[in-house]
Amino acid sequence: MTTTTTTPTVAVWKFASCDGCQLNLLNAEDELLDVAEAVTIAYFPEATRAMLPGPYDVSIVEGSITTPEEVERIKHVREISGALITIGACATHGGIQALRNYADVEEYTRYVYAHPEYIETLETSTPISEHVKVDFELRGCPVDKYQLVEVISAFAQGRRPRIPTYSVCVECKRAGNICVPVAHGTPCLGPVTQAGCGAICPSFNRGCYACFGPQDSQNCHGMADRLAALGMTSEEMIRAYRTFNATCEPFQAESLRHERARKAGAEEVEA
Amino acid sequence: MSMQPTSERTLSVEVLARVEGEGGLHLSMRNGKVAEAKLNIFEPPRFYEAFLRGRSMMELPDLTARICGICPVAYQFSACMAIEDACGVTVPDSVHALRRLLYCGEWIESQTLHVYMLHAPDFMGYAGAIEMAKDYPTEVARGLSMKKAGNELMTLVGGRSVHPVNTKIGGFYKMPSVADMMALRPALAQGLEDALETVRFCAGLEFPEFERPYLFVSLRPETGYPIDSGRIVTSRGEDLSVREFVERVEEVHVEHSNALHGVLDGEPYVVGPLARYSLNFDRLSPLAQQAARDAGLGETCYNPFKSIIVRAVETVEAFHEALRIIDSWVDGLPASVPVPPREAEGWGATEAPRGLCFHRYKIDDDGLVTDAQIAPPTSQNQPSMEADLRELAQEWMWMSDEDLTLRAEVAIRNYDPCISCSVHFLDLTVDRG
Repeated sequence: MTTTTTTPTVAVWKFASCDGCQLNLLNAEDELLDVAEAVTIAYFPEATRAMLPGPYDVSIVEGSITTPEEVERIKHVREISGALITIGACATHGGIQALRNYADVEEYTRYVYAHPEYIETLETSTPISEHVKVDFELRGCPVDKYQLVEVISAFAQGRRPRIPTYSVCVECKRAGNICVPVAHGTPCLGPVTQAGCGAICPSFNRGCYACFGPQDSQNCHGMADRLAALGMTSEEMIRAYRTFNATCEPFQAESLRHERARKAGAEEVEA
Repeated sequence: MSMQPTSERTLSVEVLARVEGEGGLHLSMRNGKVAEAKLNIFEPPRFYEAFLRGRSMMELPDLTARICGICPVAYQFSACMAIEDACGVTVPDSVHALRRLLYCGEWIESQTLHVYMLHAPDFMGYAGAIEMAKDYPTEVARGLSMKKAGNELMTLVGGRSVHPVNTKIGGFYKMPSVADMMALRPALAQGLEDALETVRFCAGLEFPEFERPYLFVSLRPETGYPIDSGRIVTSRGEDLSVREFVERVEEVHVEHSNALHGVLDGEPYVVGPLARYSLNFDRLSPLAQQAARDAGLGETCYNPFKSIIVRAVETVEAFHEALRIIDSWVDGLPASVPVPPREAEGWGATEAPRGLCFHRYKIDDDGLVTDAQIAPPTSQNQPSMEADLRELAQEWMWMSDEDLTLRAEVAIRNYDPCISCSVHFLDLTVDRG
């Protein structure tokens, strides 16, 4: 135990993000007060002015690294934390703001701000794991609140969290959904996407858009023929893989592959 | 206690607690006068308007939702309305009704979060709601139960409460059934009772005497309270289309903030609960009007500390409106209309819980975005927040550092600022730097 309190101390940190993942902790209305009993919420500015000094047994980190200040701050968080858990697509894969990694961030700054010189930013948005050792990554944009409570409970009890890594298809079958690509011809990224959301998009008659990132044994390359047969253009496939988890390896590789193919095609036409 | 102002005095809060996102405040006083009052926004830029260029208009609801985890619906619907405006498409009444219902869920979730978990602890003398729950378990449990009802409503209509998936340009992917809606009815009916109790609870808090002559701006629809649509009205008596309003707003980039400050004809203005209420009291249901009167509110409210009562009144309205929509729902209504793209520009605005959120997009013939502008409520309110800080520091300069700092923090929390959202907006045509 790192402090004098009797329950494990938990700190919640925010980097570049929308706040939705830590909000899901407050959205666990039925569990919140029990969680607050089982652990000591030592640092959680969104919820309380009371800020206990570190070190902390468990740190929960939301958001990605996008500024020089954040590069330093995450190192400090690592130093004063027992276990460090990252939550959500920003923290695990750079988030939507990592779309800048495929663009010119200086041009972005000029486009958005009248005084680019006031803005301090990095050229890339990167996951926490590129900067410090991470003990567990919880996927999702946003994370699922039940999975979040499970991860906090597991670390408070010193066990591994029970978080499945299979695809959304498994959840879809379990929910009794009709398969939207098979039945309706709707393009769906469920086969390459990790479960955890409860297959909500197919439950609402739309294709999965991969907000939980790639599942561990996906075959994005193989998916391409199927998506093309359903009418998706390669331009649409690039965009589909460039959303909230655009920098994770399988999605990045697939979007780059389509981009190269398009460029090669364009040159052929020119030639 | 009384204290002579020192010749130099600086108060600062590095990490503002119980707000969404990262901000701090800075007050400096010299010789008994406020020299500087700043809300520092150091939340890093995420460049939404920049990376939206080249994306399909159909992706906008999913992409813009990620601007804010607390009010994603505000971004989704403002984007939908702007694109439907650009493409000249009118959505059916069933889509309007379901949008309003989903938005009621977001209002309930967000307003209740703010009333009980972010704002009430200031008036009750606690660091946060979890600490408050030890002495006031009934009140905190009531807040959590109302918030849960709002989140369940969002889950029913939108699939989930943070970044709902059911919204699309032109309408929805799927309509909920009458049976699904009726299953949620008891929780919403209980929520309405709890919301009325919440107005009474808030009315019993103690408020500092503090009013400022705000320029209020809000939507005003043809009927009903402003939530999901309407023209824009101001407390100067203007009545503008969204486009006319957007063309008159200037966004100014200042050094201490990564959010651009909004001003209307050069003047700071206020959006949010006080503005909506003061410009649309006549549009509240008789039940909400009576609750407001019983709480001692007039038909306008210029005391920002009393925004907690106004939020509670608006939560009554949101539950009441949700029940009305659910009770008139029938199965088999159209879920969406096709929105064929064309080269055009469109404007859209809705009322996020914390105030007006407007979007403007240009799209090409393929429906790809060529230009984007998104103005979140917090950036629009930032100049007024700083003016409040300045005035209250002047008024209560005799207070101890600790008390004055807390009062300054509360003055920021009065606005329920959503700082993550505020940091990404585009300099339209107007840099005046």
